[in-house]
Amino acid sequence: MGLKFERNPAPVWFRPLIPLLAIVLTFAITTTLVLLVNANPLQAYYYFLVEPLSSRVSVIEVLVKSTPLLLTGAAVTFAFVGGFWNIGAEGQLLAGATAATAIGLQMDGVSPLIALPLMIIGGFAAGMAWVLIPALMRVKLAIDEVVTTLLLNSVALLGVSALLNGPWRDPVSQWPQSPEIAASAMFPKLIPRSRLHLGFILAIIIIVIMWFVLSRTAFGLRMRAVGMSPHAARFAGIKVEQTLLISALVSGGIAGLAGVSEVAGIHFHLIDAISGGNGYTGIIVATLGGLNPWGAGLAALFIGVIDTGSQSVSRALGVPVYLGDVILATLLLVTLAMLLLQRYRIRWVRQP
Amino acid sequence: MTTPPPAVEMRGITKRFGSLVANDRVDFTLDRGQIHALLGENGAGKTTLMRILYGLYHADAGDISVGGQSAVIRSPRDAIALRIGMVTQHFALVPPLTVTENVVLGHNQGVRLKLEDAHRRVSEAAERYGVDVQPRALVKDLSVGERQRVEILKALYRDARVLILDEPTAVLVPQEVEQLFDALRRLRDDGLSVVFISHKLREVMSITDRVTVLRGGQLAGSVQTSETTPAEMARMMVGRTTFGMPSLDEASSTQPAARAVLRLDGVTAVDNKGLPALKGITLDVYGGEIMGLAGVSGNGQSELAQVLEGTRLCTTGTITVAGQDVSGADPDRIMKAGVGRIPEDRHASVVPEMTVAQNMALEHLGEYTSNGSLNRRQMRAHAEKLIAEYQIKARPDDRIRTLSGGNMQKVILARVMERNPKVIIVSQPTRGLDIGATEYVRSRLLEQRQRGAAILLISEDLDEILELSDRVAVIYEGEIQGILPRTEADPERLGLLMAGAKDSPQWA
Repeated sequence: MGLKFERNPAPVWFRPLIPLLAIVLTFAITTTLVLLVNANPLQAYYYFLVEPLSSRVSVIEVLVKSTPLLLTGAAVTFAFVGGFWNIGAEGQLLAGATAATAIGLQMDGVSPLIALPLMIIGGFAAGMAWVLIPALMRVKLAIDEVVTTLLLNSVALLGVSALLNGPWRDPVSQWPQSPEIAASAMFPKLIPRSRLHLGFILAIIIIVIMWFVLSRTAFGLRMRAVGMSPHAARFAGIKVEQTLLISALVSGGIAGLAGVSEVAGIHFHLIDAISGGNGYTGIIVATLGGLNPWGAGLAALFIGVIDTGSQSVSRALGVPVYLGDVILATLLLVTLAMLLLQRYRIRWVRQP
Repeated sequence: MTTPPPAVEMRGITKRFGSLVANDRVDFTLDRGQIHALLGENGAGKTTLMRILYGLYHADAGDISVGGQSAVIRSPRDAIALRIGMVTQHFALVPPLTVTENVVLGHNQGVRLKLEDAHRRVSEAAERYGVDVQPRALVKDLSVGERQRVEILKALYRDARVLILDEPTAVLVPQEVEQLFDALRRLRDDGLSVVFISHKLREVMSITDRVTVLRGGQLAGSVQTSETTPAEMARMMVGRTTFGMPSLDEASSTQPAARAVLRLDGVTAVDNKGLPALKGITLDVYGGEIMGLAGVSGNGQSELAQVLEGTRLCTTGTITVAGQDVSGADPDRIMKAGVGRIPEDRHASVVPEMTVAQNMALEHLGEYTSNGSLNRRQMRAHAEKLIAEYQIKARPDDRIRTLSGGNMQKVILARVMERNPKVIIVSQPTRGLDIGATEYVRSRLLEQRQRGAAILLISEDLDEILELSDRVAVIYEGEIQGILPRTEADPERLGLLMAGAKDSPQWA
């Protein structure tokens, strides 16, 4: 007896169910952990999934938490669709945040109509710059971008640390953080007295544009062809290297915007925990969203719910906040396994 | 004294892969102290037969005896125990280890490896068999020829008395071939039996004692090398008893245009390993003509097709299409110059996950764009038109990968032919297609010829070449060996050229 993998694509009706099935399976698996801390799993999952959506305040908090994930998720989705395996959204986010801080510090007395576009353009450009080297190395030298983009994340983090402990150290704070950016460079609030800011709208706009580009333009179709089958794309006369480079740079730029949004919308100064892993979570968002812009949007909101929920479940039941992280990590693994199942079927066979 | 039993005797070997019969009741006898060529075109079943002998495959029917004893060979382990060794085209060596380590790997007795002893024994073996390798050299520093010698040494070190070499010269440069042959002759004189799988007549003539020819999985004949000629071997290999029945009747034959539409002048290119694959191809194809390119696979056909498709750069030489220089052009420029391309690997020329409509438009997306967005209705309408015109069994929104081979080929055909190309480069157009689809593809090609296109037809199917071509060029080791008008291209002459015999006047 043995296990046998057969190439057998799942029926079309089954595909949309995969993320849902993944979520159910994840909760089934993580129930063990909830039981280990002597909490009631049903109660725990109530706090995880329902509580965050039960009040206006917490819904707004979900949207705030989702904002950077919408952007990093969109960034990763765009790169993955184009066949560029960008694992460096974290570093690109930090680069964008650093550029936004640098610009924001100079914006005293400048109109927000000038300051805000400058912040956005600067952050986008910085994200692009951070992915430029891995992208060129991939295109020109065929060096695996998974490794290079991943390693540059640490470089970005150490660079930010160096800035915060050196030239940008805020003299009035004991923490390694930059001085506050100018008021005109801060993203306006969408709802008064809440934390929801312009970055959320920016993220939605990016996702809409991305959907349009990917599914309604010649460039998008070419990009998808390069991502799915570079050989056939080259055969069809598509400039594969150029297309890859654009996918990579735009992805880096969008990840950079996530950094801008966190600096200008939430923190107003640069700290080294500015990202908190949003770049990496972007990979989960993109994968869970099935590399589709709308899918990524939904996935980001869902993870926003879990994130918010992990705090309430911890307050209410004493379950460690980290359970939220464990759930997300489990969800990623389960989703990846499910995607494999989408293409294969496992069968028991009797050995001859 | 009675004659000793043959080293290996295989009787009635049959092996099926699904519906494909790779070996059909094949008999094979290998005598002691003999170098025995196993000759045939690609796919004739040579390697399959030897893999059965080495225990890599299991025959569905038939018997094997080794040294007169009936043998059951379930795995290479059994084969090695029966003193059979095989050197495949893909070496199984560990590059960071030394020659000695590679040789003794999996064959050392006891727990402790006495490297000094091993070095001594390996260099002794190397000396005895006249295989020239340094035991302490790292395999990664060795040339391909030296690595092959290590593989042979590995088999000899395990006391092999039967050595199977699968196309050993395919990876070697001429000097290395000579060294290999010297070593093989010494081994033969030492009483070893060697099976030499090949499709190159010249080498078979120079090194072997006996030749067994396979064709389409069946035994085509077995003769002493000294009693045969290259021409006879070519006939056995290609084996057409009737000359092709041309579907190109003389009445339909058009007068070729006076000017060559596709011209290749001294085109050279390298293969994926960086070795020369095309060594100065010069070829003219006229409008309204199908030029067939025949050859045993692996003689540069794929590389030539890729150069003309724009997916491989030529290193020197010029290619012109209707007077326009397209040497070194990318696919986009080549298409704009008026070249239509129907490639060898269907699946790699379409995006399998995309729809029929998307694949049909992919090469010319600019024509489907208005105000910056794709006109999907226009793409759909275009696909519907082609589907009707080319009788494709598919809907515009079906993903290409769900189509049958014939329908996929029709999509590619439609994509090329709707643009009325001046030149069509078509490789193995009917490989894997059923009779209906094959007929359809061929009639469409003839239609294009009628229209005036210059067509280069690259095919391993000699019947197809003979059926469709106005002229036939034969490629051998990256060179055009000869060009024959259809009236003079009979299978025997083509077979000889395909096997590397230079065009010489004495046959007929």
